[in-house]
Amino acid sequence: MSDVSLQPPQLQLSDHRGDPRRVRTEAIVKALLTGAAGISIAISAAIVWSLAREAFTFVTQVEWSTVLVSDGWFPRQGVYDIRTLIVGTLWVTVIAMAVAGPIGLGAAIYLSEYARPNVRKTLKPVLEVLAGIPSVVLGFFAVSVIAPSVVQRFTDAGLFSVASAGIAVGILSIPLVASVSEDALRSVPSALREAGYGLGAKKITTVTTVVLPAAVSGLVAAFILAVSRAIGETMVVFIAAGAAGNQAFEVSPTEPGLTLTAAMATQAQGTDQVVGEALTFQSLYFVGAVLFILTLVLNLLADRFVRRVRQAY
Amino acid sequence: MASTSTTKLTEPATVDPNVDVTPETRGRPEVSGREVVFEVSDLSVYYGSFRAVRDVNIEINRHEITAFIGPSGCGKTTVLRCLNRMNDLIEIARVEGRVGYHGVDLYDREVNPVEVRRRIGMVFQKPNPFPKSIYDNVAYGPKIAGTKGNMDDVVEKALRGAGLWDEVKSRLKASGMSLSGGQQQRLCIARAIATDPEVLLMDEPCSALDPIATARIEDLMQEIKDEYTIVIVTHNMQQAARVSDRTAFFTTEVNPESDTRTGLLVEADSTDKMFSNPSDERTENYVTGRFG
Repeated sequence: MSDVSLQPPQLQLSDHRGDPRRVRTEAIVKALLTGAAGISIAISAAIVWSLAREAFTFVTQVEWSTVLVSDGWFPRQGVYDIRTLIVGTLWVTVIAMAVAGPIGLGAAIYLSEYARPNVRKTLKPVLEVLAGIPSVVLGFFAVSVIAPSVVQRFTDAGLFSVASAGIAVGILSIPLVASVSEDALRSVPSALREAGYGLGAKKITTVTTVVLPAAVSGLVAAFILAVSRAIGETMVVFIAAGAAGNQAFEVSPTEPGLTLTAAMATQAQGTDQVVGEALTFQSLYFVGAVLFILTLVLNLLADRFVRRVRQAY
Repeated sequence: MASTSTTKLTEPATVDPNVDVTPETRGRPEVSGREVVFEVSDLSVYYGSFRAVRDVNIEINRHEITAFIGPSGCGKTTVLRCLNRMNDLIEIARVEGRVGYHGVDLYDREVNPVEVRRRIGMVFQKPNPFPKSIYDNVAYGPKIAGTKGNMDDVVEKALRGAGLWDEVKSRLKASGMSLSGGQQQRLCIARAIATDPEVLLMDEPCSALDPIATARIEDLMQEIKDEYTIVIVTHNMQQAARVSDRTAFFTTEVNPESDTRTGLLVEADSTDKMFSNPSDERTENYVTGRFG
């Protein structure tokens, strides 16, 4: 061996090909990973396709007056007033954000700017536990606690109302708002805070005039994510808003109501087939498509804002 | 170089007329009649149980530029940040001793650090303009202080004072982040002087800048020192020699029990004396480049 090493190297093309086994392993790994990515895309496409197909049937065959100007959501009787569901969804979302926005943002400001490191270390996991509570549990909480001791204290609402469902959805969204907002606040460089303090700004002044404006796009992103979370929430509304599948058109949040999601869930429960008029089945896909477009638009908006965060400073 | 600009200075009236103030001997020896702004005595700073700096005693005079020099980790910046209580922002920092400011101990219980920082402004190592417009950057301090009057004039005066007006007057609405590094640092100086402070603390203000931008900042310091008292931390000994009237040299000592270093002030004197004939051997070794 030793005399071989004294010779000048005689390299051939084959010396540069590499171990064929390693080359093959690399190719297999790449194929598997591509497959994993491809499957998730294919599933998404399949969902959109199944949604679009039935929704298309509905859209082309339905009598549009029953969708736009009738008096409520009674799909088994061929009355598909989408306004009922959209108004219900909007109320739940608005009430939820009225709860989750201030509380979530306040918690984020506290955690990011005021809490000592060890307090933050304890509080943040607690907040994330709240995010892990199944929404069905919050549905019961809405009926057993929020409705009697909050909503009924201020209004003459019944035990089931859009308002108590909205508050519960808000509670569910607090951790999301708090967590994403806190990330946005903490990504503001501390040099900017020091600049504020160095100019004689109080802590709260620095927070409101330096930190919040610098983080504003991230905060908006948090808000939009929470909105699309609230729009998509099903179980809480299903339990706490009280409309068991049908709902007359109603604009008051203290009345029972239906959201897009709850309307779908109530029709699909308890049986393997949806009964009723000819288009009842397809109507649920139509509602699903509306919901899909709504959340898609919101997520695209959120994505744009998140992108802007990176350019801010 | 920058030091040529010192010839156009008018020296403060408190200077003894017998003292030579030509550029060569610009650093004044201690004269009676000088006005002391800061009187630091037996200052020690701890981070948790770690003593970062010990037993600093120094006086800082009005309308002078005082430079803090010394090797890394010797506590220059820590001491500087005691002068406007910026160390309060570090949870674990604790200060012992006295930081007298016109006779008042800044660490007195009744002193509000927010008020302190309105009088004692700060310019940081890395330019840190707000992601706001140039105008809003400068107007920030006066606005939060509730200053009445014409904000446009305040902004223009501060930008002129920082030698930035001509470069930015046509684009005051542009983002402060759009400026070059040197311009950003002058914007930060404008922002600091807009609140009309008495003292400007500068923490290595040129360390992130190129030599031309550095020279501009140094010139600027000479131009504004008649109105402000300036304390500058610098790693650059030439800079200290060029710009300062007095120099304080800090060094570190290794603690025998633990493998930590504590900073201490070796001596403070006129810059000329410090660089030509310092009293302490450690200063001489440092300024002649034999260590650090």
